[in-house]
Amino acid sequence: MINKQIIDQYSVAIGIECHVQLKTVSKLFAAVDNDARDAEPNSLISHICFGLPGALPVLNEKAIELACRASFALNTKPAKFSTFDRKHYFYPDLPMGYQITQFYNPIIIGGSVEIITEKGPKKIGITRAHLEADAGKSSHPSGADYSLVDLNRAGTPLLEIVSEPDITSPTEARQYAHELFLLMKYAGVSDADLYHGNMRFDVNVSVSKTDELGTRTETKNLNSFRSVEKAAQYEINRQIELLEKGQAIDQETRGWDEAKQKTTSQRGKEHAHDYRYMPDPDIPPVELDQTFVKQIEDTMPLLPGQWRQFLDSIQLDQSQIEILLESEVLSENYSYLELLSNNKAESKLVKQIANWMVNVEIPLRRDNDSELQDDLTARNTIYRTTAELYNSKKLSSSNAKLLLTELLSNSNGLVENIEKYAEEQGLLQLSDDNQIKTIVDNVIAQNPQAVADVKAGEQKAIGFLVGQVMKESKGQANPSVAKELLNESLGL
Amino acid sequence: MKWDKISQIADNVVSGKTSATELVTKSLNLLKDAKEYNSVIASLEESALKRAKEIDDKIANKEHVGRLAGVPFIAKDNFLVFGADTTAASNILKGFEAPYQATVINKLETEGAICIAKANLDAFGHGGSTENSDFGPSLNPVDKSKVPGGSSGGSAVAVVLDIVPFALGTDTGGSSRQPASFSGCVGYKPSYGLMSRSGIVAMASSTDTVGLLTKSSEDLALLLEIMSGKDPLDSTTIEPQDNYSEVKPVDVSKLKIGVIKQYMSSGVADNVRSAIEQSLANLKKLGATVEEVGMPSLDYSVPAYYIIVPAEISSNLSRYDGQRFGYSSQSAENLDSSYISSRSDGFGKEPTRRILIGTYVLTSGYYEAYYRKAQLARTKIINQFNDAFNTYDFLIGPTAPTTAFKFGDKTDPLQMYLADSLTVGSSLAGIPAISLPLIDKPSPDNMPVGLQIMSRQNQDKQLIQFAEQIEKEIQI
Repeated sequence: MINKQIIDQYSVAIGIECHVQLKTVSKLFAAVDNDARDAEPNSLISHICFGLPGALPVLNEKAIELACRASFALNTKPAKFSTFDRKHYFYPDLPMGYQITQFYNPIIIGGSVEIITEKGPKKIGITRAHLEADAGKSSHPSGADYSLVDLNRAGTPLLEIVSEPDITSPTEARQYAHELFLLMKYAGVSDADLYHGNMRFDVNVSVSKTDELGTRTETKNLNSFRSVEKAAQYEINRQIELLEKGQAIDQETRGWDEAKQKTTSQRGKEHAHDYRYMPDPDIPPVELDQTFVKQIEDTMPLLPGQWRQFLDSIQLDQSQIEILLESEVLSENYSYLELLSNNKAESKLVKQIANWMVNVEIPLRRDNDSELQDDLTARNTIYRTTAELYNSKKLSSSNAKLLLTELLSNSNGLVENIEKYAEEQGLLQLSDDNQIKTIVDNVIAQNPQAVADVKAGEQKAIGFLVGQVMKESKGQANPSVAKELLNESLGL
Repeated sequence: MKWDKISQIADNVVSGKTSATELVTKSLNLLKDAKEYNSVIASLEESALKRAKEIDDKIANKEHVGRLAGVPFIAKDNFLVFGADTTAASNILKGFEAPYQATVINKLETEGAICIAKANLDAFGHGGSTENSDFGPSLNPVDKSKVPGGSSGGSAVAVVLDIVPFALGTDTGGSSRQPASFSGCVGYKPSYGLMSRSGIVAMASSTDTVGLLTKSSEDLALLLEIMSGKDPLDSTTIEPQDNYSEVKPVDVSKLKIGVIKQYMSSGVADNVRSAIEQSLANLKKLGATVEEVGMPSLDYSVPAYYIIVPAEISSNLSRYDGQRFGYSSQSAENLDSSYISSRSDGFGKEPTRRILIGTYVLTSGYYEAYYRKAQLARTKIINQFNDAFNTYDFLIGPTAPTTAFKFGDKTDPLQMYLADSLTVGSSLAGIPAISLPLIDKPSPDNMPVGLQIMSRQNQDKQLIQFAEQIEKEIQI
């Protein structure tokens, strides 16, 4: 291991290419189902995906729309004019012998992604983002003398987002990858399901002791934020070690070995392909109608940055904000942010609800998501009624959480008369002075010794008396009201 | 025997004067009689007779049968058609049965036309003589020692021999016009995008068009009306004009016609030039203004074409890799050798040459030097055509610089490429062009000569109407 002093002499430059799978119904150039998750191999293909003679690609306009949304998420506008090109190489999972991509005129040029670092917000520049069709999937059964090709994925639309080498640490790399994930999810561009490979990251890392960038390596096909961070860290260490030994860095493609937690060399520069890029004559250039673009801009949903501002304004702390933003994307069926947003006029209430979301609903859903109340109106009633009962002191803090858990866990009904339900469940506390007064009087009568102690100035004894009131009321008395009445009766 | 006009044939079928079965049987018999010309690669006898019977049954039941009821035709073998292999005359596609049909085939079938055979061609459309067919060349119907032209040679031969009233070709750089000129029929290249390319084995996507080989311009008009139109399967298709088959006499005396100087230059054989000059004199007699127009950018059309087109060919032929369909080498031991031997064995000489040229001009470093410059030249050519059409209604020249040549005469590929010199310009520009046979046969070798007429992009209707007028007033 190299000591920290030496490491600190190096500056790190990381650029990330991210392939985002767009959530279109059909493929980029063929009217074939795009969702291959549960499909039999080679069941979602047409003459176009199969590269038959005479088959022509026809651009899916929905992909253009999603790319436009992505451009706004990346803090820029889509290019008015973009074109598709052919990238040639031979491989069995590439039926036409070329991949259709945007080499010369991509649909997104420029843009930025803001991440929150320890030193505050930082903008990572976006170089470009282009649409392209994914290849099929090859598999090589071990020991077999054949390989298998599944073309279901061939033609799936991808948006490849290329960052500037503005990222300077593995942590930032992870944060950038995660922020892209949130952006694509919030903008409705992608399902961003990492488990199913909806987002794949290629991490370019170089280190240098001077102002000039060092030789970079590209670690391809990372599919988790953690592996992005780990691979970047591994490459930084590996490259510094080599340089310290006086060796050169090979510009090469590397892979990430998850089991061994290390990167390994895959392909050197000398094997780099000449892709013979050529404008695709089958696909007319895309000239965006500015009314169409404006319409997309006007209907963009709120993005993570805007939500952060809102959640910050109701004085949630940073970690709560991030938990809410992250949890929001876990399901399509319910929303935290919309519910909060609907109540934003009442800032105290909305903060209370946000706290309960973080402390009650989110942990609850982590365990049993499927049976919970998803309906927005119902959940809104649940939260508002619980807050009212709590604020009027009819519910203790812990009983409020219990009540929320009960109500959210019951997906059908229970919103009609929440107070009655809480009462039946014995969750309401007595705040009616007269009822508590009767109990207080009884307790005073039955505990002369404690009363004497209190009067003698022993503060501990008042706690005992409050406890007795709680016991008599079967826990339903509001303890602060009980204490107040005790003091009053004892003339303190 | 000669065929009636296509609309008349269909009328005769519908009215019961003849039947689809009778017509298809006649065509199939004529095809067998003309076997020595090798105009087709495969016969669709079985499926054609079946379709004919279906149409006859419909007529018997008084059901609608369409405007081409029972009209037999032949499609060049680079159209995907059910009922026989689609080979594009290349060994690499031997045994390939189309699982879907070309859009234009579907359109013709919807109107009742019946495909009876697949015509011979230079493999993948690469050539001007059918000598590059992996199934042997077709013979010129006027002189069997000569080539019929190409690449749609088989289609032209079938039409000239009256086997069918019309045939489908393709035209990427002259592949329908030039064989029409060599063999003696009408050859037509529509505006780029006017007819769908879906289901046609691609040669060069940016200049590929469906081509038509017919006996008359009137037949062209009807076919264009049926076959044109935007196709959701081809995003380069354009909105057609209305009502192509509308009969409208053209007042030739009001026309301004430009004769392209570069197309009448020293590279053009005397017999061809004098035949064209005779036609021009006839046009003048009818009162047309006929002037020479210099279009120097056209000097770059052959070099630009033979960079852009091979580039697209090398790309479009990548899919023939021996992994999914067509020929696959059985001796290969691994993936790389499977690619290499399947492609080396499967492609003939000319496709291989064009793949190599195309790969070269697209290689990093050469792209700017060749492909980019060729595209610039193409833009200049397009602009020059647009300028010329600002002055002239139509541009005229010969279709090919010579009449049909003898087999084996052009062994140098560059000489063969020059045979396209007068047709590739309009292909690069995407404008419509027609080749009309000059039937007064003024050429000393008695071979057909084609008069080429071009019009502005998507003015195919005006072009065809003018051609009809010429047929009426000059040729007949």
